[in-house]
Amino acid sequence: MPLDKNTVRRIAFLARIRVPEDALEPLVGELNKILGWVEQLSEVDTEGIEPMTSVAEITLPLRTDEVTDGYYSDRVLANAPGSKGPFYTVPKVLD
Amino acid sequence: MTTRLTELTIAKARDGLLAGDFSAEELTTAHLEAMESARNLNAFVTETPELAVQRARASDARRAGGDVRGAMDGIPVAVKDLFCTEGVLTTAGSHILDGFRPPYESTVTANLIEAGAVMLGKTNMDEFAMGSSNMASYYGSVKSPWRGSKGQNLVPGGSSGGSAAAVAARLSMGATGTDTGGSIRQPASFCGIVGLKPTYGRCSRWGIVAFASSLDQAGPLTRSVRDAAIMLGAMAGHDIKDSTSVPFALPDFEAAVTGDIRGLKVGIPKEYTLDGMSNDIQVLWDDGIKWLEEQGAECQELSLPHTKYALPTYYIVAPAEASSNLARYDGVRYGLRVNGASIDEMYENTRGEGFGEEVRRRILIGTYVLSAGYYDAYYLKAQKVRTLIARDFRQAFEDVDVLLTPTAPTAAFAISEKTDDPVAMYLNDVFTVPASMAGLPAISVPAGLDADGLPLGLHLIGRPFDEETVLRTAEALETAAGFTARPDGVGA
Repeated sequence: MPLDKNTVRRIAFLARIRVPEDALEPLVGELNKILGWVEQLSEVDTEGIEPMTSVAEITLPLRTDEVTDGYYSDRVLANAPGSKGPFYTVPKVLD
Repeated sequence: MTTRLTELTIAKARDGLLAGDFSAEELTTAHLEAMESARNLNAFVTETPELAVQRARASDARRAGGDVRGAMDGIPVAVKDLFCTEGVLTTAGSHILDGFRPPYESTVTANLIEAGAVMLGKTNMDEFAMGSSNMASYYGSVKSPWRGSKGQNLVPGGSSGGSAAAVAARLSMGATGTDTGGSIRQPASFCGIVGLKPTYGRCSRWGIVAFASSLDQAGPLTRSVRDAAIMLGAMAGHDIKDSTSVPFALPDFEAAVTGDIRGLKVGIPKEYTLDGMSNDIQVLWDDGIKWLEEQGAECQELSLPHTKYALPTYYIVAPAEASSNLARYDGVRYGLRVNGASIDEMYENTRGEGFGEEVRRRILIGTYVLSAGYYDAYYLKAQKVRTLIARDFRQAFEDVDVLLTPTAPTAAFAISEKTDDPVAMYLNDVFTVPASMAGLPAISVPAGLDADGLPLGLHLIGRPFDEETVLRTAEALETAAGFTARPDGVGA
């Protein structure tokens, strides 16, 4: 399943990463090389094999649904590139 | 006095502090001076000397009052810049985390603080822990304190390369690292030190900048196996804030280092012999077998048939998880923002400028393998192969207690070698990735030098949550190998 330039452009948009036009072609080559190499997995017989869903063989614990943290929006917002009052600011989303 | 203090192991420093031979402040100051004289290595992104002296003095004050918190109390350590440290710049080696000062402390570093350890600074690393060379850091390559036979600058390995370089160069007594596919063990091998990746679930991942959540695990880099045991004890433990951290009582890891491996059964997986592998590696591996047998262990060859598929499986699973984890870098809540006319443009500009090439490649691969129509062919297939890889290990551990392999297929290479071909770089982790895929504990022990005089590590893989056997066997290797070589490229 070789990728072409348009597919890479589309994937980059899905990932919200601006890729300059002149960087697309080299990326096509690199990504195809990686995908071609992982293709060898198709020779492994995985008929009837369950996909791994948990690394450690333990049951994930449940905890009580309660608020244990919070109420310090000033500390949380301290790292924001843009904020106003207790809010983050972003470019206009609605016209 | 100053040089002598930086030569000590953690265990020796603990004894010296107990005996009152020196203070934690003297120990810390000696390391801060060493850091200052070795800035050419670029091992640290941020040095925290004031904080270090403050914590060292607090340790001395506690000790004077009869309150000693254990072996790590007053011990200076470096922290990989992937661990969130409250109020201290945390970059993950990336431009996109510009200026990020976490409002909280990661559980592992909080545990170290609680144990009295003294943080010297934050170490350089491959961006978001994606790399095996440290050439993929926004803050520039780390130079290994080791030099090539013609004086070339070498990579320290990666991604915990700053941590490995700092420990090898005697700038810190130990360092935290994280290991997703080999990022503790491969740099340990390249730098001639010990690197331990514990079982997945042994250390909390809370507050560690996430790369691939089903693989990431924190662990120590040190200059001796005993030190790794001591430091792991201060890092590990159940944490309610990470549901994958296990609620098991911590063993006394140091007590497991008994020097007695009589009757131990050691597996030698035949699939770890690679075509074209350097003879130095094969000779070292054979030495390792001989050393363990001479101390009363029984070695037997066995097969882990899916070994060759571990690396391609990893390069589906890890990028897939990374593409999800790194979606949070959106220019809104922290770090870099590059403006745009719309919110989508702002996201694209921020992420286009903020991520380096390797991170971008992996996010794109991850996005593709998770995208509609390809999920089954790539991600689901990889998770099934992963089940088979884990099953291979489980079956092997019915017959043996621990596995012995080389850590890496080569010694350290020169800075700027291997940059054109991403797949060639990925092959660095061919021996470390399988244990990662199965979540198993594994360690690299410095065991010898190659023909160019560069360190090579041997690698031990254990049963889940059996770090004790891994450490005990590692110390037996360490004793037999008698590795005393040291780097000479520090501070030049």
